Amino acid sequence: MHRRGVGAGAIAKKKLAEARYKERGNVLAEDQIVQMSKQLETFKSNLEEFASKHKQEIRKSSQFRVQFQEMCATIGVDPLASGKGFWSEMLGVGDFYYELGVQIIEVCLALKHRNGGLITLDELHQRVLKGRGKYAQDVSQDDLMRAIKKLKVMGSGFGMIPVGGSYLVQSVPAELNMDHTVVLQLAEKKGFVTVSEIKESLKWEKERACHVLDHLLKEGLAWLDSQAAEEAQYWLPALFSELSSRDVTPEEANQMTP
Amino acid sequence: MDCFSWSNGLLEINETLVIQQRGVRLYDGDDKAKLDVGVALLSTHRLIWRDVKNHECCIAMPLSQIIFFEEQAAGIGKSAKIVIHLHATPANKEPGPYQHSKYSFIKLSFKEHGQIEFHRRLTEEMTQKRWENTPASQPIPTGTGSQAGRTRAVGIVGIERKIEEKRKETDKNISEAFEDLSKLMVKAKEMVELSRSIANKIKDKQGDISEDETIRFKSYLLSMGIADPVTRETHGSGTHYHLQLAKQLGDMLQAPLEERGGMMALTEVYCLVNRARGMELLSPEDLVNACKMFESLQLPLRLRVFDSGVMVVQLQSHSEEEMIASALDSVSDKGSLTAEEFAKLLGLSVLLSKERLLLAEKVGHLCRDDSVEGLRFYPNLF
Repeated sequence: MHRRGVGAGAIAKKKLAEARYKERGNVLAEDQIVQMSKQLETFKSNLEEFASKHKQEIRKSSQFRVQFQEMCATIGVDPLASGKGFWSEMLGVGDFYYELGVQIIEVCLALKHRNGGLITLDELHQRVLKGRGKYAQDVSQDDLMRAIKKLKVMGSGFGMIPVGGSYLVQSVPAELNMDHTVVLQLAEKKGFVTVSEIKESLKWEKERACHVLDHLLKEGLAWLDSQAAEEAQYWLPALFSELSSRDVTPEEANQMTP
Repeated sequence: MDCFSWSNGLLEINETLVIQQRGVRLYDGDDKAKLDVGVALLSTHRLIWRDVKNHECCIAMPLSQIIFFEEQAAGIGKSAKIVIHLHATPANKEPGPYQHSKYSFIKLSFKEHGQIEFHRRLTEEMTQKRWENTPASQPIPTGTGSQAGRTRAVGIVGIERKIEEKRKETDKNISEAFEDLSKLMVKAKEMVELSRSIANKIKDKQGDISEDETIRFKSYLLSMGIADPVTRETHGSGTHYHLQLAKQLGDMLQAPLEERGGMMALTEVYCLVNRARGMELLSPEDLVNACKMFESLQLPLRLRVFDSGVMVVQLQSHSEEEMIASALDSVSDKGSLTAEEFAKLLGLSVLLSKERLLLAEKVGHLCRDDSVEGLRFYPNLF
């Protein structure tokens, strides 16, 4: 009988190599894994103690959540990576953000027919709060942003575009490059933009401006008002103020395209 | 509440809206104000409140009237509030809903939440005091001391002291939490460094690590939330936990997938599964890592990534050819279809209908007409 690679000779050789290795003061990876296992047990009980005293802070204080997240990021730990992680299991951080993720997805889905998959962070915040109901915990915009960052991994096109001091949240896999982003930022002030404004502010040629605007129209992110006084206006439903718009059904939305 | 004046709610030149929040009820001191629930608006210069049903009922107060404010946590049956302590109301203030008040403070009750952001912005505005740099076009009376004001001020000092003490106490609790958190983080950092050392050794193949030990190591990383590119290369991102999850998902998703034509977007699965669980929710990464294991576990589901980046879970029984053939059939039948029309036909989401049409186009069965009116697909006669 002859088992491959395992013979008295092979074992002895390995033991010799390990001994030499240790002699040089290096710790074997195997030993370190054992060490890590022990440290993990200790850490788990420290975390349990922390949770028993301060678990409430996570839920109640958004400032605490921000600090907690930043500290984790500094040391290289992602407390939201898995629901099975210690942070999630013992501090309950996970459930807070994962549930928020569900609520964000649902709001974006419900409004997609109207705004093409683009919504201001402010509007998203208001609608999520409304959906959570009276007795739920309050959430800050920082909380929303962290939940959105986690949603990206599911490939649904979630992302945030900085405009006018805040953000637009994208929830569809539409291709938006720097040109599109810059036009969105230009449109933020009034909710719409014209070709002339783009040419003047960004110093682009007409073709480039039209190309970008056409793309936004095709993706359903912009609506065309060709009957505007001086020049055609391209409106972004994502930027419509909640107070001044009424809800449009999907059928109506389809009829509104030029 | 005697600090408020009737207002038309329109912003002055140089005045900017900072934040607005619905579902706010005002309190005159500890008593509910004789107003309904409305919208609270914070500008660079004023605090404005408007009745939601009757837009004409609108009141405003200059921010300069505010001495101090603090949060009051929600309780059972009670909404969270912001308590705002005020200077004495000047005699020349424009008329408002209250002529007098026995209180020197008001409260904003947030019945639909939003108090965190409102408090944050109010703090910013009270720190920056932008109204001092750009006075609004109408002179807004500020709270300067008058004879009556001075007597009021003494009472306020007493209140301020109490509030300061309470704040120090709260601060102490929070700083204790932060202190404990910092100590915890120091220990966590040690674990991170240890795991990096182990990962490097695995990479350089120093010492023989067995399969079992690698798997154990990966589960330690999962517990701590430490990412490790090294073991990911050789063993993937999944662990035993994800293996079990994959099996659970295999059972749970059969029926929902059948109902939806054999395919669901991953975000849809995420919502479905987490809503069903209620607690101990899955993270987005948990879901992705579990779905990646379908194939190796020989479960009848697959995770699939389209060119657009959209990720779906699909039943293996619904083959590619079937989907493409059915897409071609529907389009030929109707002459042409957009993604929205196809979605209605099949009872699928627009996102997934579009992916099917794109698939059929990719193999050459359909061709597109891309205009500003939308993307329409036709049978490919070329």
